[in-house]
Amino acid sequence: MSKTHSHWVINFLMQTAPDTIFKTLADPTRRAIFERLSRDGELTVRALTDQAGVSQPAVSKHLGVLKFAGLVRNRRAGRQTHYSIEPQGLAPLIDWMGLYGAFWRDRFDRLETLLSRMDQ
Amino acid sequence: MTEPADLRSIVVEREMPHPPEKVWRALTQSALIEEWLMKNDFQPTVGHKFTLRADPVPHWNGVTDCEVLVLEPPRRLSYRWNASGAEAAGGVKTIVTWTLTPTKSGVLVRMEHSGFRPEHEANYRGAGYGWQRFVDGLERVVATLD
Repeated sequence: MSKTHSHWVINFLMQTAPDTIFKTLADPTRRAIFERLSRDGELTVRALTDQAGVSQPAVSKHLGVLKFAGLVRNRRAGRQTHYSIEPQGLAPLIDWMGLYGAFWRDRFDRLETLLSRMDQ
Repeated sequence: MTEPADLRSIVVEREMPHPPEKVWRALTQSALIEEWLMKNDFQPTVGHKFTLRADPVPHWNGVTDCEVLVLEPPRRLSYRWNASGAEAAGGVKTIVTWTLTPTKSGVLVRMEHSGFRPEHEANYRGAGYGWQRFVDGLERVVATLD
């Protein structure tokens, strides 16, 4: 996820998110953890800690807050806890009809570009 | 067109300075469809089942199951647009209909994507478009928004 993508998502969330989720993602460290899981899929607490720039207990605490907000889920495997994005976590926030509308407008643009290249 | 009140649709309309026959080709030839929509195995035959394939992303295999419902060249094209695979049961079951109406300077292209149920908005996991799918394309899409 590029920075631009992330910024757009955050702007989007600021406009639409219920309080809990907004407050959860307002913290930069927590947001970075959430974005990393979005990008990389399932990760252990240790793997997340290695790049988070804070201690493992702090990462665990952030993950607990994210889980409480319904944004991530976890599973235990042996001594490790693996975290991943809860796919439905952001669903209540998103105007799906609006996004599908944006998808189709984008495809209309591509269609017009194609038509301008085609022979009669 | 009337629909049950609990179903919702998206309509995008645009006039294009091209003959309807040319737009029809872009809508119904597999190689051309791929250029503006997605990889596909579309064939212009009513009842033909095909898939649209985007790059897989976490929580979505990238596949949309489709079936040609209406084929009236060069005026009207309609196909099913359904969630695929493991997501099919709880996912979208929608219909995309294209209508081409000649105008003085070209053609009015109308796309109606119908059959969204309100519960899909709250429970969209199986919708065939995980939110990440949109996030990945948002940078480009947002540029088209007002």
